[in-house]
Amino acid sequence: MNSTLNSGVASVSAPFFYLLAGLAIFGGVLVITRRSAVHSALALMGTLLAVAGLYSTLSAPFVAGVQIIVYAGGIVLLFLFAIMAVNIERSDRDGRFRRMWPAVLVASCGLLGWFLYAFAKSRALFPNRMMTLPVSSNVQDIATMLYGETGKTGEYTLAFEVASLLLLAAIVGAVIMTRKKADTAINPATALATDPAKE
Amino acid sequence: MVPITTFHYLVVAAILFVLGVMGVLLRRNLVIALMSVELILSAVNLNLVAFSRMWGNLHGQAFAIFITVDAVAQTIAGLGILIAFFGNHETGQ
Repeated sequence: MNSTLNSGVASVSAPFFYLLAGLAIFGGVLVITRRSAVHSALALMGTLLAVAGLYSTLSAPFVAGVQIIVYAGGIVLLFLFAIMAVNIERSDRDGRFRRMWPAVLVASCGLLGWFLYAFAKSRALFPNRMMTLPVSSNVQDIATMLYGETGKTGEYTLAFEVASLLLLAAIVGAVIMTRKKADTAINPATALATDPAKE
Repeated sequence: MVPITTFHYLVVAAILFVLGVMGVLLRRNLVIALMSVELILSAVNLNLVAFSRMWGNLHGQAFAIFITVDAVAQTIAGLGILIAFFGNHETGQ
């Protein structure tokens, strides 16, 4: 990885960055304030796409692609399916926010202020620079870290295998949790006959 | 114009993180609380990728991919529990 020092100047133009950052934050605000869960899911999709744009300004095209495919494609779709399966629209009947919202608002603003204070205090510790990572070999470099080269395993090969086990466990758990009762699950005909949506 | 540095990305990620925390604590709707957790994980990813660029190596990006896998597993488990608890007729409060 042949990185060159860029003497503190990022390659991204400032208006582009502020546009993407504004879209991400605006979408985040919409996610937590919209009444309808479907609107929140679409706002979440906008936020995740804007964050993918921010990744691509950080010379991380592969992470940006993964973000678009997995987050904006997969996870938002999963949320929409879950909203469809659970009749969530009625649940906001007595207000969309919890009663303790003033305390949460104050605590969250305090947390944000504390973050910004810590960043401002420690800004001198960070090197004021942005390295330029090689974009054209980005996918290959990440693949080398994950899978290793010929003859030796990569740094993250074990973590990669453990991640696949985690996904398998999550899938099996979701299947076991969401299936219907055992007798209806065996016979698809009775499972259809007792479908509560048909009642 | 001020050049965009790592600091700018950290501020954006901090705002997204706080928005996610607010969503988890504020909303009654469980699905939207789970979406807010996605916001939090996205903020963490943004931090990792920004630091990856700052130090000029790819470890942050590899970690970001693992966190994405983690977010997927967490969403599957969370929505599975939600559907198992509330079924097709209850409300998801």
